[in-house]
Amino acid sequence: MTHDASLSNHGPQWVAAAEAVAAGIRRRVLEYTLRNNGGYLSQACSSAELLSCLYCKAMKLGPPAAPPVPAPFPGVPGPNNPAAFTGAGYNGPRSPDLDRFFFSPVHYALVLYAALIETGRMAPEGLDQFNVDGSTVELIGAEHSPGHEVTAGSLAQCVSQAAGVALARKLRGERGKTWVFMSDGEFQEGQTWEAMNVAAYHKLGNLRVVVDANAQQCDGAMSDVGTIEPLGQRLESFGVAVREVPGHDLQALENALAANSGERPLVVVGRTDPCRGISLLESRRPKLHYVRFKSKDEMLSYQNLLDQWRSQP
Amino acid sequence: MTRVATRPHAGNLVRFAANRPELLVLSADLTASCEADDFRATYPDRFISCSMAEQNMVSMAAGLAREGFVPYLHTFAVFLTRRVFDQVAMSVAYPNLKVRFVGFLPGITTPGGVTHQAIDDVALMRVIPNMSIFECADATEVEGVLQQVHEINGPVYIRMLRGDVPLLFPKEDGFGHKGGRLLASTGTTGVVSTGVCTQEAIRARSCLARRGAEIRHLHVNRIKPWPAQLVDEFLHGLSNVVSLENHSVIGGLGSAVAEQMASQGSGARLHRLGLQDTYAHGASKSYLMREYALDARALVDTLEPLLGRPFHITDEELETVEISTDRRLRAEDL
Repeated sequence: MTHDASLSNHGPQWVAAAEAVAAGIRRRVLEYTLRNNGGYLSQACSSAELLSCLYCKAMKLGPPAAPPVPAPFPGVPGPNNPAAFTGAGYNGPRSPDLDRFFFSPVHYALVLYAALIETGRMAPEGLDQFNVDGSTVELIGAEHSPGHEVTAGSLAQCVSQAAGVALARKLRGERGKTWVFMSDGEFQEGQTWEAMNVAAYHKLGNLRVVVDANAQQCDGAMSDVGTIEPLGQRLESFGVAVREVPGHDLQALENALAANSGERPLVVVGRTDPCRGISLLESRRPKLHYVRFKSKDEMLSYQNLLDQWRSQP
Repeated sequence: MTRVATRPHAGNLVRFAANRPELLVLSADLTASCEADDFRATYPDRFISCSMAEQNMVSMAAGLAREGFVPYLHTFAVFLTRRVFDQVAMSVAYPNLKVRFVGFLPGITTPGGVTHQAIDDVALMRVIPNMSIFECADATEVEGVLQQVHEINGPVYIRMLRGDVPLLFPKEDGFGHKGGRLLASTGTTGVVSTGVCTQEAIRARSCLARRGAEIRHLHVNRIKPWPAQLVDEFLHGLSNVVSLENHSVIGGLGSAVAEQMASQGSGARLHRLGLQDTYAHGASKSYLMREYALDARALVDTLEPLLGRPFHITDEELETVEISTDRRLRAEDL
C-alpha cells in the first residue's frame, strides 16, 4: 500500500487507504475513457468501493506473483502451447490458506486493472498496454488478462467455475476462501441460479460472492429490461446467506464481507450508484453501459473534472 | 449371433477409478441411467450430484479441473452437447481442461424420441478446438476407452454405450491408440463405420463374403483427432466408399471422410449413410435403424449396385450371421 492514511480523518486506517484506492480507480478509468473516447466508466463509479474493500481488507491474498508490466498474449491455451498463462498471479500465489479471486463481469476489466495498480499489484505502465493489439491488457478481459483467472465473458459461467474451485478446495480441506465478483445483470441468466442452488446444496461456505448491484445493464435501467428484484429475498430462498449493504460504505461492506455464514455460501449485494463520484454521468441516464462522448463540449467537461481531481493534493 | 456384455461401463468405471483419487464423477440426475450408480455406491466422496442443472455442472467441472481433479461428467449425450454448448466451449475447451464428457444414448439408440437422441453431438463437438472425440462400438471399447482418454491433456467427449453391449473385438486388444481398426483389407469398395453401425457393417460384410464379394472395412473409434493416416491407408485404391454412422450425415464421420477425400484429391465416390439431415422420433433402435437406413440391410442395398450385382441376402441371414470375435478379425486388427 502506498496511500497515505492521513488523508482521512475518520474511521480505521484501512478505510482511509481504501478510500484513496477507490478514488484512484475512478481517476484512472476516467483518464482512459478520455484517452480512448469511450469506456466502461459507470462501472468504475459503481464498483470502486467494492473492489477496494476486497483488495484492501476482505481478501487474504499473498504478494503479486506476476510481472509488474503484463506479458504479451502468449497464444490461446492448447495441448501444444505450454506458454499459455492466466492473470491469476496478480492476485498472489496459490496456497491452501490464502484466498482466491474470480472476476465475472469482464467488461469491467479496466476497473480491475486500475484496482491492481492502486493496490501495488501491477505497474501503472501496465495500462499503456490497455486495448493495444497483441497485449493481454484487453478491453474485455479473459483468463490471460491481469487479475483474471478464468474466461468469464459469457456471463454467469464464472460463478459456476468458482464454485468448482471452492468445492475442490473443500474436498482438500483448504482453509482459504474463494471470492467471486459479479454484476447484478448476471442474475438474469439461469446458470447463476443453478450455481446458487448447487453451491448451497454442497454447503460451500468457503464461497463468497460480491455483487455490484448498480441496476444498470446494456439496454439501460434493469427495471426496463427485466427485473431481478427482490434480489436479496430471491437469493435467501435459494439457501445462500445474504447481506445487502450500501455499496459505497466501506465499513458496512467490510462488516458484510466478514460475516460468518457457516456452511452457507455468502452473497453480499452492494447497492451502488453508477454515477457515484461523477455526477456528470447523471445526464446520460438511462444509457450508462458504455460511455462515448457525444460532443467536444461534453468531453471537455469530463476533462475539467479530471484536471480538478489531479490538482487536489 | 452376437455375444453381449451387460452394463460393462458400470463395473469398469469402479475398477478404473480405484487407484485414481483425482477422478470424480459428476452426474445430473441420470446416475443409474448412465451406469454410474456402482461408482456412487463405492466412492460416495468422489461422486458429485450436480442436480438437473447441466450448465452449472459443466462450468463447475472446469473449476474442479483447474484444481487438478479429473471430472467425468455422466449424462445423456444431448445434455452434454446441445444444451451446454457455450459452457463446453468457454469454460472447458478454451482453457483446454481435463474434463471428460461421457455421453450416453448416441444417435437413435433410444426410444426416448427426438429430445433424447443425439444426432448432432459429434458435429457440435468436432467444431470445438482442443476437443477430442471417441466413440464406442462394443464392450471391449467401452472398457478400454477410459484408459485411452485418461491421460489426454485436454477435454474429451466419449459417445458411450450402456445396457446390453455387443462384444465384437477381443478384450485383450483394448481400445487401441490408432483411432480405428481395419477389419478387412481386400476389395476396391470400402465401408467406413463407427459406433453401433460397425456391427451392422460387419453383418453385411460377412454375408457378402459368403458370396465372394470382398469389402474393405475400416472401423473408426476416434473421430478427433482424426486418424488421417489410417484413413489414408484405407482409401488407397478404392473406387467407392460408403460411410455408415449413427448420426447426421452433416458434421460427423461422413463429413470427416469427405473432407479428407477432397483434400487428397481422391477420385473415389463417397456414399454417406446416416440421418439425412432429418430428426427422428421415438421407436425401437432396430425399427429406427431400418427406417433411417442405418442398418446392415441399408448397407447391402447401397453396396449391391456398386458391386454390380444383387446378392439375394435375406433379413434373417443378416440378423443371424455370426459376428462375434474371431481370429480373422484379430489378425487384421491394427
